[in-house]
Amino acid sequence: MAKQFLDIKDVNTSFEMDGKYYNAISDINLHVNSNEFLAVVGESGCGKSTLAKTIMGLHDPAYTKISGQVDFEGHDLLKMSEKQLNHYRGSKMGMIFQDPLSSLNPLKKVKDQISESLDYHTKLNSKQKNDRVIKLLGEVGIDDPKLIANEFPYQLSGGMRQRVLIAIAIACEPDLIIADEPTTALDVTIQAQILDVLRKIRKENHSSIILITHDLGVVADTADRVAVMYAGQIVEVGTVQQIFEHPLHPYTRSLLRSMPELNTTSDDLYVIDGQVPSLKKMPKTGDRFAPRIPWIKASEHEKNPVMHDVGNEHFVRCSCYKHFYFPDQKKVSENNG
Amino acid sequence: MWKTILRRVLIMIPELIILSVLVFLMAKAMPGDPFTGQINPKDSLTQIHHLMRINGLYDPWYEQYWHWVVHLFHGDLGTSYEYQEPVTRIIAQRAGNTLWLALLTMILTYVIALPLGIYAGRHEGHLQDTLVRIYTYATMSVPFFVVLVLGSWIFGYGLNWFPTSGSVSPTASGFLPVLLSRLGHMILPAVLGALFATSSITQYLRSGIIDAKHSDYVMTAQSKGVPMKAIYKHHIFRNALLPIAAFAGYSITGLLGGSIFVEQIFSYPGMGLLFLNAINYRDYTVITALVLLYGFLNLMGTLLSDIALSAIDPRVRVK
Repeated sequence: MAKQFLDIKDVNTSFEMDGKYYNAISDINLHVNSNEFLAVVGESGCGKSTLAKTIMGLHDPAYTKISGQVDFEGHDLLKMSEKQLNHYRGSKMGMIFQDPLSSLNPLKKVKDQISESLDYHTKLNSKQKNDRVIKLLGEVGIDDPKLIANEFPYQLSGGMRQRVLIAIAIACEPDLIIADEPTTALDVTIQAQILDVLRKIRKENHSSIILITHDLGVVADTADRVAVMYAGQIVEVGTVQQIFEHPLHPYTRSLLRSMPELNTTSDDLYVIDGQVPSLKKMPKTGDRFAPRIPWIKASEHEKNPVMHDVGNEHFVRCSCYKHFYFPDQKKVSENNG
Repeated sequence: MWKTILRRVLIMIPELIILSVLVFLMAKAMPGDPFTGQINPKDSLTQIHHLMRINGLYDPWYEQYWHWVVHLFHGDLGTSYEYQEPVTRIIAQRAGNTLWLALLTMILTYVIALPLGIYAGRHEGHLQDTLVRIYTYATMSVPFFVVLVLGSWIFGYGLNWFPTSGSVSPTASGFLPVLLSRLGHMILPAVLGALFATSSITQYLRSGIIDAKHSDYVMTAQSKGVPMKAIYKHHIFRNALLPIAAFAGYSITGLLGGSIFVEQIFSYPGMGLLFLNAINYRDYTVITALVLLYGFLNLMGTLLSDIALSAIDPRVRVK
């Protein structure tokens, strides 16, 4: 088995709101092997981005409490000082953000924003840096890198900006790239191109990629392994085959069933009733997904659901999966669709 | 960059023409005529009509306007009724005083406001920020003239640290004593004026810093491994300066126009006091000239703001 170079153990991240701390992600246990493509999926507000920012140390410490361990190549990122962390960020791990419009400084040229990473992690002279920037822009699929390097972000399209953000993230060939919904703000044709770029980088730089997304279609043809998150917890982890062909957790199964196919009409599209509980209303005990599958008896959920190993590195939270079924012919009324 | 400036200057030409027409027409609409006060009261009304006719005051307005513009370009803005001197000479005497006071006020304003705004923005939500905000709210909510009168009363009459009127002591002679005396007369009004001007600039800068601090590009920079200090220097400050730059031109012209409050309360012989007196004495030629000048200064202010903004922000530059 490949080396586990990122190992997240019992991580909890909570945010301060009105003087109290509320858990945004709880008991996260997850590892990433080297040169692996891991997808983290879940609805909006389930804690995917919180997890990504926790790994990168991007939360404001004044309003955040983080416990647990994030071992990266044998060092705990959570115990590092800001200075030590800056040594890792950019050089060994890079992040691609969701909104390419606001994630670039509007006042700086593209080349300066990319080479900023090189300033802190390499000893290249300015000419070498310039060459590297041009090369990077070429690698992320920009046709006229010399021209684009001298442009300002506002002169570029959304897809171009996202490519620039990728170029920033990979500038120092990091071992780990976290892509936080990198295609959400882009239209579908550009999405596919951006994913191609990520796949190419993974192959050429031998990096590991954590792709955070709510798009199961993207996951199916890109990732090696999948972690499904619900309400701040990981509810199921497995390979793409395991998750897509033998999903176990009721949430995973509901998600997959609610994916529209070509011949689905809005009438027979499966919809998960209810919504993700907000941070302040997060239940302390019990299966957090239980309220959304009320036809499953309470006795079939665990009191404090834990992850179960169902073999071949496939994990699922709560034993209720053994008893789960869909209420047959459950249809959606049109005004909900 | 140069294209932007050139374009902006070209836009100013029609603005100036419109401004001059408006000022001219408003002056024409003012009641009275220029001769009633100047001739022998025993002279008949026909005499005045005669004077009006030979001076071209019954010509169509556009012809009169044209004459006025031609004179304007020759530096002739007419003669003040009150001072019996060319308006340009009167303004020139006062402009220097106002210019120096404006410069000192501006320097003090930015020297106080920039560190305060940055400090408050950096420590958003903490005690430091609260203290700065108390300061800005206090200076913003107390009327300016109250601050001036109180300041003049405490530091001028009470403590006797600073003179309370004039621009230079009549007994000072020689370069250095005159310079020091001028400075001495300017410090109190400049400090009080700056105190007032800092509140808005501090607030602008504070919120600019806070906005920039929470922006996504700061997170991008953090993910590159850039230390927070450098992020402030390279990313946050420049973005936070945008609203200040947009505001700077206006505040400069505001000061150059001379503050009526400051100059009146400190009897400081600048343009603000001149304007106030001209209104009191119905000195129309001076009023017209000053309104035209203020209009021009305002246009210059927007030009300055636009230039400053385009220097910082590539998005407002013209390709």
